[in-house]
Amino acid sequence: MADQPLVRLTIEGVPVSVPQGTLVIEAAKQAGVMIPHYCYHSGLPVAGVCRMCLVEIETTPKLQIACATQAAEGMVVNVLSAQAREARQGVLEFLLINHPLDCPICDQAGECELQDYVFQEGRSRTRYTPTYAKRFNPVEDFGGDVLYVPNRCILCTRCVRFMEHVAEEPILNVSERGDRAYIGIHPDRHLDHPWAGNVVDLCPVGSLLSKDFLHKARAWELDKTPGVCTGCSQGCNVNLDTRTDVVVRVRPRANLDVNQYFMCDHGRMQYRWMNRGDRIEAPLVAHGHELAAVSWDHAFARAAEIVRGTAGRAAVLASPRASTEALFLAKRVLGRFDLTAAFRVQRVSEEAPLIGVPNLALRSERAPNVTGATLLGYTEQFEVAVKALSGSAVVLVLDDPLEGVSADLLRAAGQVIYLGTVLPDAARAAHVVLPIANVAEEDGTFVNRDQRVQRYFQAKVGPGMARPAWWVLGELLAELKLGGPFGSAAEAFAWMAAEEPRFGGLSYQLLGTRGMVLPAGRPAGVGA
Amino acid sequence: MGYPHQPHLKETVVLSQYFGDAEARTYDGWVKRGGYQALEKALAMEPAQVIEIVKQSGLRGRGGAGFPAGVKWSFMPKEKKKPHYLCCNADESEPGTFKDREIMRWTPHGLIEGCAIAQYAIQAEVTYIYVRGEFTEPLRIMEGALAEAYRHGVLGPNAMGTGKRLDMYLHRGAGAYICGEETALMSSIEGRRGNPRIRPPFPAAYGVFGMPTTINNVETLASVPHIINRGGAWYKSLSLSHPKSTGTKLFSVCGNVKRPGNYEVTMGFPLGELIDELCGGVPDGRTLKACIPGGSSVPILNREESESCKLDYEGCVEQGTMLGSGGLIVFDDSADMVYQIMRLARFYAHESCAQCTQCREGTAWTVRILQRILAGQGEAKDLDLLLDLSEQMTGKTICVLSDSCAAPVVSGIKKFRGEFEAYINGTRRPRPVLVHA
Ligand SMILES: Cc1cc2nc3c(=O)[nH]c(=O)nc-3n(C[C@H](O)[C@H](O)[C@H](O)COP(=O)(O)O)c2cc1C
Ligand code: SF4
Ligand code: SF4
Ligand code: FES
Repeated sequence: MADQPLVRLTIEGVPVSVPQGTLVIEAAKQAGVMIPHYCYHSGLPVAGVCRMCLVEIETTPKLQIACATQAAEGMVVNVLSAQAREARQGVLEFLLINHPLDCPICDQAGECELQDYVFQEGRSRTRYTPTYAKRFNPVEDFGGDVLYVPNRCILCTRCVRFMEHVAEEPILNVSERGDRAYIGIHPDRHLDHPWAGNVVDLCPVGSLLSKDFLHKARAWELDKTPGVCTGCSQGCNVNLDTRTDVVVRVRPRANLDVNQYFMCDHGRMQYRWMNRGDRIEAPLVAHGHELAAVSWDHAFARAAEIVRGTAGRAAVLASPRASTEALFLAKRVLGRFDLTAAFRVQRVSEEAPLIGVPNLALRSERAPNVTGATLLGYTEQFEVAVKALSGSAVVLVLDDPLEGVSADLLRAAGQVIYLGTVLPDAARAAHVVLPIANVAEEDGTFVNRDQRVQRYFQAKVGPGMARPAWWVLGELLAELKLGGPFGSAAEAFAWMAAEEPRFGGLSYQLLGTRGMVLPAGRPAGVGA
Repeated sequence: MGYPHQPHLKETVVLSQYFGDAEARTYDGWVKRGGYQALEKALAMEPAQVIEIVKQSGLRGRGGAGFPAGVKWSFMPKEKKKPHYLCCNADESEPGTFKDREIMRWTPHGLIEGCAIAQYAIQAEVTYIYVRGEFTEPLRIMEGALAEAYRHGVLGPNAMGTGKRLDMYLHRGAGAYICGEETALMSSIEGRRGNPRIRPPFPAAYGVFGMPTTINNVETLASVPHIINRGGAWYKSLSLSHPKSTGTKLFSVCGNVKRPGNYEVTMGFPLGELIDELCGGVPDGRTLKACIPGGSSVPILNREESESCKLDYEGCVEQGTMLGSGGLIVFDDSADMVYQIMRLARFYAHESCAQCTQCREGTAWTVRILQRILAGQGEAKDLDLLLDLSEQMTGKTICVLSDSCAAPVVSGIKKFRGEFEAYINGTRRPRPVLVHA
């Protein structure tokens, strides 16, 4: 639409210019007006059924729905006129007559568009009196992670349209007619499509609920932090919802260039491990066969001593779930060695695309920063690197879980520095253990498969003395007089941008919350 | 003839000329009566010429809205870039309307001929005739006639020997009133749930299967051969009152009259005369109380309004109602208007497709209030509430089913308020009804 000619119109007295073809409801956002709506969703085809977005358009006798009316030159739109407000108040009253009004036990309360708009412009009292029975249908398990509570359904059909036009697996429909209508599911099918969980987010009311989140927390108790999904190399933008330092839910955050409004069910479930209790909470240094807790200063001194005191070959075994900053700094620590840098990643055979959105799939590479690691010179020849351990003077492990790597194998190497969130058995062979924050506990960046660098933000505090890997490695570099230390992830990133040509010119400020494609990389995201 | 009645002298028999004449149903019988000459004539013209004649005739849609047929046809793209379609709306489910059924039962070839002419005029390769699911006999007759028309080369790849291709299919509905709404009908033909669609885009740009489409009612299309045969000027001259209402109209009369049935009169015919003379008036000892002239979806007329109403588009509007489909429902003084209105509302509540909030919830709520009033539990404020709900249900939804539910309620309360109040204040014996919609 970018090259469409502009049309000028006035919405609630505010003049705006929008490309021809823009819907009034979108144009209104430019005027700072959110027109109340239910069935409309920018990620779905227009339905025009709820009739909530009725507005007055001067010179048009009847009220028009803003979600299906295109902006036109000279149009004057009144959203808050008495006539338009009355019509919307009417819709709200109609929506409530069959609604159970069970907000106190509803997960959606606090983030419910029915609550919000009724509060904003609804009637204070119903006229559906005195004793009419309300429509009743029992709760139904739609399968997957989804429960359907039909009594709360406002029949906006967002869920139906998502399954039909975006997932292209039309197993939901509107069943029955009149006020007996409800959302039906194909009798032999479940909502087990890999992207089906999106219907829960799309539902504007508490009618479709996540079983995983059921009764876990009230919406108003949650803090939301922008993040990037760690489930695969697609890099869907997410929000981590936390309640007092516990991640309770992951939901998609809109980014039209990556995931539009969606994320897959696999990604949604990538959060429980962020709350693990068995974390390393203090730096550890080997004393004989025992690891003993020490101060950070002591640990850094010991680690620096190891790096300074040896020469020859070295290896970094890194996790492709580590931040770009940490991956870069880890190699810098062992810069003067003959270095092998490797990672491994779980690969499954099939991708699970969301057909209706170009270039969006649960990818077969099940880690968020494979591209970042590769760009920084890590290879996927993990086995080769492991075999070469015995000839290495120093091995630095960056949060690789060390599955299949025994303590003996590690001991065959010269010295082992282990940076990790948890302490697998093999890591007990390390000479120094440095506790690091997990992805929810630090700021950082990942590079997705389309070379889009995206920031994630700290959502909760790490346990004990655990610190972000960029901080730990920065302190170590400073101890070695090789660089650092860094006061923030942004500083660490800035150093990387200065040193690594591929990241040249980028900064946290430029990346913002939407990310940017690496200058020489191919364009990422939707439509590419 | 076996047809319910001999034409009354005051009828103008055009469409109904062969009602009751079984031989007219067959291809040979139809040709013997001059059938398919109009099609031959039309196929020899340019499509634009055919449209021009229909425009001249002043023929307006008989399905409810009264939109000029020729003008509608001219909305189709002149330059054909995609396949064009014609839909014939034979879903006739409006309470009180049963004229299209008789056209299909007695003059199936007349309808096929009308469709073929319109199809040619709008340059469509295919016509779908969408027949109400419950119409088993009309469907059977239409199927027979269609097969005959193909057999005799009226339709098919070389229609009437002109080398032009005309195809026609019957599509049987599954019993939903809403499928008579033009865009719902198209969704239904496509195999989807019969839900009305938001407009724009209009059918002439984006109709059935997303292609340019014209849709007309059975009676509209069945009138076309007569216009082609006898000329636009002749048809235009059939007008007793307002020059913008031309031709003849079939009225399906039901309710409290001695001789219910279909009557064909010239546009502008007085409603009172239709009831009193053609239909024999209300039963003996009774007086006329009210009538609904255009199927159940239009405002109710009281006795005075009925007696001065001219049956054409403008005449009905003058009395605050609409000609609609021409289903005339007559009530005498024994009718309980509160109950009758509740029954109508219940029909709409049952048939609402459930897309629009106001219609889905408003129709059912309206029924509940009316049933409570009938049960003697109404309150004075209920009438204002009904009027307010009706206001919210009018002019705000995708299609006018919602408005159609409101129309009889609003006009009923306005004109028969006393009957409502009698239930509310207890002067009339309660009449509890099952609560189900
Ligand atoms: C709820 C609803 C039901 C309708 N049912 C019918 C019907 O059964 N038959 C019909 O011809 N038109 C029906 N209509 C009108 C059609 O939408 C459309 O206006 C008509 O078929 C156009 O044909 P005409 O221009 O020849 O009248 C209905 C409209 C609505 C809103
Ligand atoms: S379940 Fe939710 S999304 Fe689906 S129709 Fe009902 S209210 Fe809309
Ligand atoms: S007005 Fe009623 S019948 Fe018409 S589209 Fe809306 S809900 Fe369906
Ligand atoms: S948001 Fe416009 S009709 Fe639903």
